Amino acid sequence: MKLLLKGGRVVDPANARDGAFDVLIEDGRIARVGKDLPADGAEVFEIRPGWIVAPGLIDIHVHLREPGQEHKETVLTGTEAAVAGGFAAVACMPNTEPVNDHAGITQFILKKAAEAARARVYPIGAVSIGSKGEQLAELGEQKTAGCVAFTDDGKPVATALLMRRALEYAGMLGVPVIDHCEDPSLKGDGVAHEGYYSSYLGLRGIPGAAESIMVERDVSLAELAGAHVHIAHMSARESLRAVRAGKARGVRVTCEVAPHHFTLTDEALDGAVKYDTNLKMNPPLRSAADRDAMIEGIADGTVDAIATDHAPHHPDEKMLEFDRAPFGIVGLETAVPLVFDRLVHTGRITIGRMIELLSVNPARVINVPGGTLAEGSPADVTVLAPDREMIVSAESLKSRSRNMPFDGWRLRGGVAATIVGGRMVYKNA
Amino acid sequence: MTTQATEAAAAATLTSRHLLGIAGMTADEIGLVLDTAIAMKEIGGRAIKKVPTLRGRTIVNLFFEPSTRTRTSFEIAEKRLSADTLSIAAATSSVTKGESLLDTVRNIEAMSPDMIVMRHASSGAPHLLARTCRSAIVNAGDGMHEHPTQALLDAFTIREHKGRLAGLKVAIIGDLLHSRVLRSNVILLNTMGAEVWACGPSTLMPPGIGGFGVRATTSVDEAVEGADVVMMLRIQHERMHGHFIPSVREYFTLFGLTPERARRARSDVIIMHPGPMNRGVEIDSEVADGPYSVILEQVSNGVAVRMAVLYLLAGRDIDVERGEG
Repeated sequence: MKLLLKGGRVVDPANARDGAFDVLIEDGRIARVGKDLPADGAEVFEIRPGWIVAPGLIDIHVHLREPGQEHKETVLTGTEAAVAGGFAAVACMPNTEPVNDHAGITQFILKKAAEAARARVYPIGAVSIGSKGEQLAELGEQKTAGCVAFTDDGKPVATALLMRRALEYAGMLGVPVIDHCEDPSLKGDGVAHEGYYSSYLGLRGIPGAAESIMVERDVSLAELAGAHVHIAHMSARESLRAVRAGKARGVRVTCEVAPHHFTLTDEALDGAVKYDTNLKMNPPLRSAADRDAMIEGIADGTVDAIATDHAPHHPDEKMLEFDRAPFGIVGLETAVPLVFDRLVHTGRITIGRMIELLSVNPARVINVPGGTLAEGSPADVTVLAPDREMIVSAESLKSRSRNMPFDGWRLRGGVAATIVGGRMVYKNA
Repeated sequence: MTTQATEAAAAATLTSRHLLGIAGMTADEIGLVLDTAIAMKEIGGRAIKKVPTLRGRTIVNLFFEPSTRTRTSFEIAEKRLSADTLSIAAATSSVTKGESLLDTVRNIEAMSPDMIVMRHASSGAPHLLARTCRSAIVNAGDGMHEHPTQALLDAFTIREHKGRLAGLKVAIIGDLLHSRVLRSNVILLNTMGAEVWACGPSTLMPPGIGGFGVRATTSVDEAVEGADVVMMLRIQHERMHGHFIPSVREYFTLFGLTPERARRARSDVIIMHPGPMNRGVEIDSEVADGPYSVILEQVSNGVAVRMAVLYLLAGRDIDVERGEG
């Protein structure tokens, strides 16, 4: 079984390669990358001029909702959405029902992923039993079962002591702790970024400091433990400052930003549709200054990864009063168009940097194979169509859920194909 | 009914079929409601306080938050216009059985009401209904967002006393952060050209208040100085729990409207309060019951203003004069 990606531009930052090459895939691995490779019996996929052949994209922050919330998403529908969005692999969050805090659930998710046979799935286990913040989960067992990182996502790791121990223990296992940074007392009942728009609309506010206070805590604890902390869905400019300072003094801290946080601001809440619950996510859409800081951090290298925080919810759950609706939007199928449209085509980042943010660095953060087109590595490849004009349609998403604010948006940049382990699992050529 | 008011009412109409907030209303529209309310107030002064204007119209008052004053005011306004009315309080509805707001309202709509007057603890709840329901929606207070009929009745009361709104100094003092009365009043008074001062403790100052177009201060003396209107907002006792204020005692010491502080205002100042009032917390009884207080007039005017709103929304094509019974 051979597949030849013929023509096009290969962008493979991990191997410092950017130019016109063919890629030959054989037995699920990258066999050769070179000029004018002969087909030699391989099936040929013609890469059109302008398209980019990149290592498979990896989204390290996805909620697949299975087990327990299959009305929102399943491993199958979530990974179908992933490959349609160009992601060859996703890491899924443990806030399922029950919470993924033991090996049986990890094995169940991996079994579902194997049956689905779309994107690779890397489970992330809970730091504490039930994510309750009281007792460490069996991280060692979980790692053996297949977990690549630990988090109590949806909530912060509750106490500084638990975070310290989690970092020390996970550090021993060689995996990162991912934290949803948010001081619960400062967040309170907040539902929107604290500022003019929350005040004007009468919505309870969540200040940026609610996030950055815990980022500061975690950076200090990672320093103390000598371990790797990864900051999930960073949104506030104060947090960026804390990460930058930590990195500068050699702390092992990495961070991710979600597409909605470099695209939208809290001003959208006062838009044509007021109190649109598809604009409610946690952390909230922040001020223009925060949005601009995220873009700056993405451009200057402070931000390691772009991750979607894909959070499907059923329409019945979102059609509520703003303060009663759940937080979160789906993001797998709009991430690539938003990165192209808002970051690449605006000149803020190069395509090489885009691939670092969406493939190379995510693989490094959770220590998984991928992020490379090196010969011999698994053949996870994403073919990008940077100039494809598209109109986002919530109706035609592969995800089981539709909750997103980008319906009807015109964006430039899309996905032509997604290849996982040498198998073409998505094609829109 | 005065000829002047009839002409004003006939001269224009409201562009929206809902009243969700003061935001989005033009100065002309606000003026139209206030002018129409003059005629409505006259009806309330008659021996037989009823006109058949909204006969055959069904209005549902849907109150998801406890309210005595506003609900009673709407009910009286509806009855004076001969509408068929029904009031539902959340405690007795299926909301407590876990039904969503939209399902509750769709069930009510299945019985073909013309208008729904709603009070709800969630900001934006009436906007959700307006997007999805058939009925005209009147916002009777949504969370910390707006309370448009309160601002309209406040403006009506001010205009009765001062003859105008433009150029007046209006000081609004109290729990600014949680107050929907503040937000609606600020938008209305700014639209009508008044100079608005907002005063309260720093902990209860809405973040980003600079964008509201008000002069914000933590000094009551500064806010009251030379004011034409002083509007006090209620401070809820439970605000101590969010660490907003140390005690109601200290609050009164620093922010309560005492006779001494009130004397800094213009000699013809009017003192207002949307109620319910906490005597000895935000306002001294001597001020609340004093000669400058118009607090009970506000309540009376509330009925007239709400009649005007209901008439303009539900009975745009109805001639009030002909309907006189």
